Amino acid sequence: MPKIELTNLQKSYGAVSVIDGLNLTMEDGEFTVLVGPSGCGKSTTLRMIAGLETVTGGEIRIGGRDVTHLEPKERDLALVFQDYALYPHMNVAKNMSFALRLARYDKSKINSRVNEVAEMLGLTEYLNRKPAELSGGQRQRVAMGRALVRDASTFLFDEPLSNLDAKLRAQMRAELALMSKRIQKNMVYVTHDQVEAMTLGDRIVVMKSGKIMQVGTPEELYRSPANLFVAGFIGSPTMNFLDGELFEENGRLFAKGNGFALPLPDKRKAELATHTGRKIIIGLRPGNFFMGNGENALELPIILSEYIGAQSVLMSELGGQTITIEVSSEAPIPSGAPMEFLIEEEGIHLFDSKTEEAL
Amino acid sequence: MFLAPAAAILAIALLYPIGYMIYASFLDWNPSQRIGEADWVGMRNYLKLLNDAAFWESTWVTVRFASIVVTLEMIFGVGLAMILDRNLRGMSILRTIFILPMMIAPIVVGLMWRYMYHPQVGIFNRTLKSLGFDTIPFLSESNWAFASVIIADIWQWTPFIFILSLAALQSLPQSAIEASRIDGASGWQQVLYIKLPLMLPVLIVTVLLRLIDAFKVLEVILVMTNGGPGLSTEVLALRISRTASEFRELGEAAAMSNALLFLLMLLTVIMFGYTKLQEKRAAKLRQAAQEEI
Ligand SMILES: Nc1ncnc2c1ncn2[C@@H]1O[C@H](COP(=O)(O)OP(=O)(O)OP(=O)(O)O)[C@@H](O)[C@H]1O
Ligand SMILES: [Mg+2]
Repeated sequence: MPKIELTNLQKSYGAVSVIDGLNLTMEDGEFTVLVGPSGCGKSTTLRMIAGLETVTGGEIRIGGRDVTHLEPKERDLALVFQDYALYPHMNVAKNMSFALRLARYDKSKINSRVNEVAEMLGLTEYLNRKPAELSGGQRQRVAMGRALVRDASTFLFDEPLSNLDAKLRAQMRAELALMSKRIQKNMVYVTHDQVEAMTLGDRIVVMKSGKIMQVGTPEELYRSPANLFVAGFIGSPTMNFLDGELFEENGRLFAKGNGFALPLPDKRKAELATHTGRKIIIGLRPGNFFMGNGENALELPIILSEYIGAQSVLMSELGGQTITIEVSSEAPIPSGAPMEFLIEEEGIHLFDSKTEEAL
Repeated sequence: MFLAPAAAILAIALLYPIGYMIYASFLDWNPSQRIGEADWVGMRNYLKLLNDAAFWESTWVTVRFASIVVTLEMIFGVGLAMILDRNLRGMSILRTIFILPMMIAPIVVGLMWRYMYHPQVGIFNRTLKSLGFDTIPFLSESNWAFASVIIADIWQWTPFIFILSLAALQSLPQSAIEASRIDGASGWQQVLYIKLPLMLPVLIVTVLLRLIDAFKVLEVILVMTNGGPGLSTEVLALRISRTASEFRELGEAAAMSNALLFLLMLLTVIMFGYTKLQEKRAAKLRQAAQEEI
């Protein structure tokens, strides 16, 4: 269960730089999730760790050993491919046992491993089928099974649940979470689904265009996003962004937008002092609104109300922009009449409008 | 419905010559006669073949020639493709050079090799002599002659297998090969367990095409040895052509052609039958296993 270290890792195809100086350490037995929009270089990073992609610059160490230029099989890792990459001419059982057969395990041991994993993935009745005779979701589970039967010290997953239906996905996610607790191995998991990232990851790496935007625990990323991109990427529904500026009145600091002003806690006054009077972007988490009145309450129109059980997602308007609000609700909230809302202090995020960094 | 006219034309185009040949094989027909003037002799031509030792010798030479040649060409062709299946600089030039022999007319290939095998002025014997070895009777001793025509054929036709294998290799699913690398397969294991099995359908067709061609080989051998010494390199096609032109027995030649055709059809049926059987057996195994569960 070695630690994986990426040092100034680079990858370019010809003149196009895809990964641009990645520095990242994944600790022992940690579940690391790489998230980011499509094309940001998640798969490329994973494939470089696996040894399938040559490295243009920088270094990869696994357990202190420099593996930058080693063959995949010398790195002791298992990989679930984004496009499954099953062996078309082998049935499911053969696909899953290929690595074990190469490593000359006992037949009985191979069988019991394969059966155990097939059981867990609900593949038992398909063991004798060829990949062409399976549905997309079933193939994806075989790809997963092929990695899980192995005893590798590191597991790499490239969007392994992307083709499953919602129920199966939730079930597999839970399975994976349980398994990662149980076997305590190094896992690197790529996804563009932030719910998966938040629920599975011990640590999340948010990437954009081949660069790391922020590394942290799910809570850190949610509570204190380092920049506009992370703030917008993590959390569902997405954060509301409003143009505004910082201004001080009667010794209190306000984030002022078009037609509203939100008081900021006094403890942030010192760090924000230099930005007073400057343009900023105000980020408001939909979930940090709550119904209530008082001196700082905002009266907001309810344009649209979606009742989804214990919660309601409301569409409203603030500072000339459409915003989303999520509140807990026992009964559907009627749209039309305006209502009063308060915003929790921790739900207010401020960003420099030029650098897009958090203030 | 729309297929019917096309199928009819195809059937006539294919069947007419074959029907003609079959009809001719029941005649005592020599080249100076028109086909209408030839006498009907029933099965006589075929019976004659059955008792003709030279025909059987030719058949045996052909079978040996074809199986040795195709086996070696497959090994070399597929092997070369495996080696050259990488994107190095200059690889495309190398590949082009490799397929040149295939583009040369067979007659020319025969002439070229005959010259190279020439007892005195040929490059091989000259080289041997200059190195102080004895010369080799490449084309004048039975076993050597047989080996010599085999070498020439391999030289000419390995590229064919090379090209088809290379195309097959390059269209393999790359990700399956990557998966096998992750699963710990060495280069050899990748070839043995992933690449070759996935190429198999193409390889089977390639073998079939080559076998059919090798059974009909004529020009190169005609030019190099004309079947000699003795009957040691007299393949069926050569025998047929001699029966027709030298012995002036068109009916007998037709009967021989039909025998060859029959042999080739048998080969094709066996080959396809075998793959079908394999598939059936796999399906049955699958079903049996399914029922067990
Ligand atoms: N062989 C290649 N040649 C040139 N560019 C490539 C090549 N492979 C990938 N890229 C580029 O590298 C970038 C990163 O690709 P990558 O597959 O890592 O994205 P990703 O983050 O996994 O996206 P997704 O979520 O869609 O899978 C993309 O912009 C892609 O166009
Ligand atoms: Mg990807």
